[in-house]
Amino acid sequence: MRPGTIFYLGMKELQGLVRDPILIGLIIYAFTIAVYTEAESVPETLNNAPIALVDEDNSPLSRRIGDSFLSPYFKQPVMITAGEMDARMDAGTDTFALDIPPNFQSDLIAGKAPVIQLNVDATRMTQAFSGSGYLQSIVTTEVSDFARASTVEQAPNVELTLRSRFNPELNQRWFASVMSIIDNVTMLSIILTGTALIREREHGTIEHLLVMPVTPIEIMLSKVWSMGIVVFCATLFSLIVIVQLMLQVPIEGSLALFMAGAALHLLATTAMGIALATIAGSMPQFGLLIMLVLLPLQILSGATTPRESMPAMIQTIMLAAPNTHFVLMAQAILYRGASLSVVWPQLIWLAGIATILFTFSLRGFRRSLK
Amino acid sequence: MVDPAEPAFVARLMGVSHTYGTTLALDGISLDIPQGRMAGFIGPDGVGKSTLLSLIAGARSIQRGDVQALGGDMRAGRHRRRVCPAIAYMPQGLGRNLYPTLSVFENADFFGSLFGQNKAERQQRIRTLLKRTGLAGFEDRPAGKLSGGMKQKLSLCCALLHDPDLLILDEPTTGVDPLSRRQFWNLIDDIRAARPQISVIVATAYMEEAARFDWLAAMDSGKVLATGSPQEILAHTGAATLDDAFIALMPEDKRSAHHAVELQPPPSFDEADFAIEAQDLTMRFGAFTAVDNVSFRIRRGEIFGFLGSNGCGKSTTMKMLTGLLPASEGTAKLFGRQVDPRDMDIRRRVGYMSQAFSLYTELTVRQNLDLHARIFRLPPETIPTRIEEMGRRFQLLEVMDTLPDALPLGIRQRLSLAVALVHSPEVLILDEPTSGVDPIARDQLWAMLIELSRKEKVTIFISTHFMNEAERCDRISLMHAGKVLVSDTPAAIQENRQAATLEEAFIGYLEDATMETPDVVATESEEGSDTPVPAAPPHRRLFDLRRILSFSRREALELRRDPIRATLALIGSVILMFVVGYGINMDVQNLTFAVLDRDDTVASRDYVANIAGSRYFIEEPPLQDYADLDGRMRGGRLKLAIEIPAGFAERVARGNDVEIGAWIDGAMPQRAETIRGYVQGMHAAWLARHMRETYGDAAAASFSIETRFRYNPGIESLVAMVPAVIPLLLLLIPAMLTALSVVREKELGSIVNFYVTPVTRLEFLLGKQIPYLVLGLANAALLWLFAVLVFQVPFTGSLLTFAAAALLYVAFSTAFGLLVSSFISSQIAAIFGTTLMTIIPAVQFSGMIDPVSSLQGLGALIGKIYPTTYFNIISRGTFSKGLAFENLGSAFLPLVVAGPLLIAAATVFLKKQAR
Repeated sequence: MRPGTIFYLGMKELQGLVRDPILIGLIIYAFTIAVYTEAESVPETLNNAPIALVDEDNSPLSRRIGDSFLSPYFKQPVMITAGEMDARMDAGTDTFALDIPPNFQSDLIAGKAPVIQLNVDATRMTQAFSGSGYLQSIVTTEVSDFARASTVEQAPNVELTLRSRFNPELNQRWFASVMSIIDNVTMLSIILTGTALIREREHGTIEHLLVMPVTPIEIMLSKVWSMGIVVFCATLFSLIVIVQLMLQVPIEGSLALFMAGAALHLLATTAMGIALATIAGSMPQFGLLIMLVLLPLQILSGATTPRESMPAMIQTIMLAAPNTHFVLMAQAILYRGASLSVVWPQLIWLAGIATILFTFSLRGFRRSLK
Repeated sequence: MVDPAEPAFVARLMGVSHTYGTTLALDGISLDIPQGRMAGFIGPDGVGKSTLLSLIAGARSIQRGDVQALGGDMRAGRHRRRVCPAIAYMPQGLGRNLYPTLSVFENADFFGSLFGQNKAERQQRIRTLLKRTGLAGFEDRPAGKLSGGMKQKLSLCCALLHDPDLLILDEPTTGVDPLSRRQFWNLIDDIRAARPQISVIVATAYMEEAARFDWLAAMDSGKVLATGSPQEILAHTGAATLDDAFIALMPEDKRSAHHAVELQPPPSFDEADFAIEAQDLTMRFGAFTAVDNVSFRIRRGEIFGFLGSNGCGKSTTMKMLTGLLPASEGTAKLFGRQVDPRDMDIRRRVGYMSQAFSLYTELTVRQNLDLHARIFRLPPETIPTRIEEMGRRFQLLEVMDTLPDALPLGIRQRLSLAVALVHSPEVLILDEPTSGVDPIARDQLWAMLIELSRKEKVTIFISTHFMNEAERCDRISLMHAGKVLVSDTPAAIQENRQAATLEEAFIGYLEDATMETPDVVATESEEGSDTPVPAAPPHRRLFDLRRILSFSRREALELRRDPIRATLALIGSVILMFVVGYGINMDVQNLTFAVLDRDDTVASRDYVANIAGSRYFIEEPPLQDYADLDGRMRGGRLKLAIEIPAGFAERVARGNDVEIGAWIDGAMPQRAETIRGYVQGMHAAWLARHMRETYGDAAAASFSIETRFRYNPGIESLVAMVPAVIPLLLLLIPAMLTALSVVREKELGSIVNFYVTPVTRLEFLLGKQIPYLVLGLANAALLWLFAVLVFQVPFTGSLLTFAAAALLYVAFSTAFGLLVSSFISSQIAAIFGTTLMTIIPAVQFSGMIDPVSSLQGLGALIGKIYPTTYFNIISRGTFSKGLAFENLGSAFLPLVVAGPLLIAAATVFLKKQAR
């Protein structure tokens, strides 16, 4: 293995990339516009949740409840009748429908423990959970305040002060922008290295390389470093310019530490790209394989939904994916400002996965050349 | 068909110019090509012959000037549509317009069906033509497995199926062996004898072929130098042969570069000094023996020629010598050392040039030379001088900073040779280095080879189809079907057969080996002309279902030949549904929390127990202080921390105000929101319980909220997610498949069939779409079955509604892929673009996770127009909400519109001609 050969072959890849304007355009798009739109579009979990109110009581208390759903968490409640409720929920118009029964206020004062019905569209998983808890606490607070005011007893006021750390306003954009970069890092590094290899095969240039004093590991390393560095630079640019400057997302921890992790992640994903390219016989097959691999990597890495909520089996399987550790590490460093003393397990995981994937794909690559 | 009153020109060009970027390919050409004749275009590579031919065929759009063919303006789409059934065009490159996975018969059948021939007629014509071309018996062999000569014959069959009036052949015999070449021209002669009105336009690099044509046009640098019959051109230039005449026609600067190749007598070889030795080399691919017991020895400094029919094992033998392929049996030795792929030292002593141009087209000439010099570890300080030296020697100095794609083939081959020689190898292995190269460039190449051999004692092992090149070799081997037939000096071989020329001798050996007599072709052609098949009336309908179906049938066949693709699509989607369905779960559980309890009383412990007892939280060891809290949260080990102040119990008992602090890890906002909801709910519940216990029901304002999780009472992730995953998968996979199916044709060249056949853009797109529509529907059915039977997701609504929506939706997703393909031309960009344009909108903006009504900005806009949103509504409605068409009608409208709209857009963007 000679560094010179690896370097010059890699430079060749970069020169090739420079001559493909569409590809460059797509890379730029992925790391700028795509990141920006995704971050700007993703709502707060409870943003503008559509809610409907069936007020059968029409008392001061029920009106008070109705006025308590504030923007931006909820949309202005729509007043409907009990009959309209089902149709609206069927059509997916409302995620929540709150039904306040007749005589609610008087029953409450009379100590008859009336029941408010809250209907939740449980197919809307994101809003269903956090929303119903939040709704309950709003209603309870309103009712308690009302009760306290009317009974004049010296009931204690036990306040729960909630503070969220690392992202005080729970700004989704902070999270979405960085996770979108991570998704793009994975997607691009796999596609770029994989297609670079398939293109050499389809154009017959790989054969040409192999009659020269070049070993498979040199060919592979040259693609890994060159495509890796493209994605690496794009990531750095996107983090600084798009995320920090344009989206105004504060980054808590060390950027250098994060980029070191990104480099390890890239080693793993570029090796994965090579492995997929050796498995795929042609570009169309590669295209399908990409879908099969990328989707689980992106959705199950913990960047879309929390890892804690996945079934134990999937959590375990996903430990083998570099994304899982990269996402964990990214969250720790970028949001919680964690240092090396905290994220070292993730770095070790990434290094281990990268080594295994690299060895595996090198073997596959060697075999495919036979 | 030909109106006698029309002028006797099959095509007329007036001031035609054509540029590619900044390269001028045709420079104001005006030319009349006679009708009913065999018209040839000769000239060096890259002078615009192919461009000219494709303009006449209508495969390329005209930039400047006018082209008339078959009596009409080829600029006019109506005329092109009218005459295109009468024009047959065979592009350059062996079998470039064929479909490699389809069999010989299927290929021909596809072309026939495009021209509206019925089945019986097609079959009869195909059989006749296959018999006449000697392809009978190979009907079931995939086109990709045919030899070069056979591919060209099949291409010709496909071109002749519809009885064209104008046959345009672009270098049809380049890279084809002499026997096949002879058979090919005999076939053309027969066809012309049978249909005298047919006009043939040919571009060729073989001057001996050009000598047989009726009319010739010599071209150079985008201009026509001379026209006339071969005799006229000979007379005009005063040359004895066309080769010489051609050289004489060249402008002064090019002519001066040319010198007749001077053969030098082979030096007396040192008998024992062998550079290359092959002993009983055998190569098997499965049951097929490509190379069978081949032995030869080549002395140092010798030029050793390798001749043989296409696919006889020449390239395979060469690859074994370079170590690219390990031999099944036998040994190959270079410089007395056994060839070992791991031996880097040997590789540095060998230069290899493969059959196809295999340098990097994305690097300039200089960059290519530089890269190879560095790979071969030339001392860095000597590299610039070496590049300069190679550039001078191979006359590449003027094109040093040009990309190879912009160079004519002859110069590209010079570059390949320069690259192969950059490290001064002792052995050169050249696989057909002169195929498709014009005579001047070929002679230049040979002059260099001879110099290398004689002056520098470089051993040259070369394969070729040109007999005059074979004659220049010191020794040659004739190969056929993996075996060496004869190996000797050219003169001895000719003498041995008592043949007039080496070509005669060669064909004689081949015919002996194949037991074929030369008159087979002739007799069969008579038989063929006895049974003329009436030409079908041309179809000029604007929209023809049969043409659509013939594209669909072909696409389906290709899909069937590539079972991995279809299997991946079907099985892959089920796996993905499983993974995503299980994986996405909004029911956040197992959240870690710890308490900083400064009170530590019954009341405070009761408060904590209230949280710890829920199914959502797992209690971790208590917190010691703020530093502990900070450290553990930063490390991500705590998602929630609760601080209960000192005196909590006392204050609550006295009815004083008290504040409990809670910190949530906000790194993942969505999870934090959920935690906040949980904690608030639990706090309120604790408070209500406490009030009731202390003050009684009335004072506690006792009431309850009964939460009904509708449509998914168990709040199961699968039930919520699976109906949303189906739309996602039915978008990604069909779109990727259709996008690649078109772009692949663009990249590999068969798109030219769409350019030159009477198929319209809409027919082409619909034809492509149908098989993937069927596959997509099968996919939808499979996903539905798995969802209901395996994942046990209850399906409560109308199946018919779901099925109708799935059909419309797959029509959309396949159309989406076609739209992407209409403006993208590389497979990489297609994969990338399709991924980018499907995954993000479908996952983020289509209501799969966040409801579209809650999105904002551009995402909200995309969500509102992206059809996935609406199929999501229908899928969830029919799966979980027990709905049918009556309730979902409004979601159908966007789905109905989307597919046709995208197909219409793709029709607009797709080009019916090359640029």
